[in-house]
Amino acid sequence: MADEEDDIILSELDDEELVAQMMDDLYDGLADEIAEATNILLERGWEPYDILTKALVAGMTIVGHDFRDGILFVPEVLLAANAMKAGMSILKPLLAETGAPTIGRMVIGTVKGDIHDIGKNLVSMMMEGAGFEVVDLGINCEVDKYLNALAAENADILGMSALLTTTMPYMKVVIDTMIDQGKRDDYIILVGGAPLNEEFGKAIGADAYCRDAAVAVETAKTFMARKHNRASAG
Amino acid sequence: MSQDALTKLLSERDWLMADGATGTTLFNMGLTSGDAPEMWNVDHPERVRALYKGPVDAGSDIFLTNSFGGTASRLKLHDAQNRVGELNRIAAELGREVADASGRTVVVAGSMGPTGEIMEPMGPLSFDGAVEMFHEQADALKAGGADVLWVETISSPDEYKAAARGAELADMPWCGTMSFDTAGRTMMGLTSADLAKLVENLPNPPIGFGANCGVGASDLLRTVLGFRQAGTERTVIAKGNAGIPKFVHGHIHYDGTPDLMADYAVMARDCGATIIGGCCGTTPEHLERMREALETRPRGDAPSLEAIAEALGGFSSASDGTDDKGPKPRERTGRRRRG
Repeated sequence: MADEEDDIILSELDDEELVAQMMDDLYDGLADEIAEATNILLERGWEPYDILTKALVAGMTIVGHDFRDGILFVPEVLLAANAMKAGMSILKPLLAETGAPTIGRMVIGTVKGDIHDIGKNLVSMMMEGAGFEVVDLGINCEVDKYLNALAAENADILGMSALLTTTMPYMKVVIDTMIDQGKRDDYIILVGGAPLNEEFGKAIGADAYCRDAAVAVETAKTFMARKHNRASAG
Repeated sequence: MSQDALTKLLSERDWLMADGATGTTLFNMGLTSGDAPEMWNVDHPERVRALYKGPVDAGSDIFLTNSFGGTASRLKLHDAQNRVGELNRIAAELGREVADASGRTVVVAGSMGPTGEIMEPMGPLSFDGAVEMFHEQADALKAGGADVLWVETISSPDEYKAAARGAELADMPWCGTMSFDTAGRTMMGLTSADLAKLVENLPNPPIGFGANCGVGASDLLRTVLGFRQAGTERTVIAKGNAGIPKFVHGHIHYDGTPDLMADYAVMARDCGATIIGGCCGTTPEHLERMREALETRPRGDAPSLEAIAEALGGFSSASDGTDDKGPKPRERTGRRRRG
């Protein structure tokens, strides 16, 4: 078995086999193999955007679905996201050069008083995995930090996370401030964290509560599609 | 070394009641979101005493100190990483005062929550780094007079082991619970059976292990059943939330009534838990009803999953990973497989 594993030579696979193998290697969190395969596809003349969407994002979608369905858990997803990043770091400068489209920009952070960032990091990584640009403000974010970053980054989405019942009400402070300043409707606001639920999300005026990172990605895609539709209709 | 207070109580009684919520209670006392609860040990000791007195007066045999976020990595957020010794020691000292004034044996359990960091290889925190932080906290809780250490809300098996090692280095007896909040597993994918196995492989197994927090009473009892089905003979701890948090008029309110928590407590005992308490949202009023129910209602057989769902509500997922009813792993085309 071990010999057989070592026998795979990525450069000898045809494009279709290689992409299938990349999806497996993403699933297994093999960063070196993803970097190697990304370079092979580039050498074969693939567009960076195609490698991103057809191999990496497609592979991470499978990871996201299996996470959502309770087949994979956080450790596997983090390793997969690390592998994804290995490919992304090669593609990122090339994508910028080719002016490839972005799917959306998100500013994300854990609210003031809360240092829990595992879930937030996971959302951040999976959003990047789905092709979003993510600006991660880290933990303990005050309202001004969110608002300044949203403006500076020209963001589409605000993501807030809290793991404590003592910190989750701060999300409402942020949203209320945005309402006061007339900026609320400029952004899609997604919230998440273990003690939250859909009802809480509605009560504080968020657009959606996201149960986990996979749901956050799906929800962000849905809202961005609506936003684009509105823009083209208007 | 003389027997610790918890082991002694367990040898005299066939169930013990632990405490309820810490965070929710402090919040209701005026803690502002964003402030570290541990600071109150120094700034508002009378409020922390009141926090401890709540469960003691309601009949709890064990209460947890206000030190959940007392590791250096958590206190760092408040630029208080150099106050680990002071804040944890005082948390335990205040607990000691309240326990000793109660006129009966009440166990002061030194709370140790997660570091909040992801451990290697997924994240930056090394095993030794985690051990060092837990050891520092454990020493301070011991110095303040805690009877046992109480590791809680852990999701990663490595972090659980690191906390165990911290307790060992401090030469303290300990208990440790995990939060099973993701399809019946911990966020890191650990099942109830996995934890039951893990604790027996530690060089210093805990006095008791179990589940706290999570997503409601039904899920928590399924986890307790899972521990028992894994064949453990160790003391099992059940500390579930009082229902689901709701946001009412600017405050967090948990929808689990005292009556529901009383039913939960008795069912937890029937499921095989010996130490029964609450977690977020559990007030002294809940605890009083739980105590009364545990004292007056007879023991019964372990309830079926159907009976649990009927009494306390449905489960968050069809399977908790200990049976074959869960989702199947993906079949892959690939020939490359890791270990």
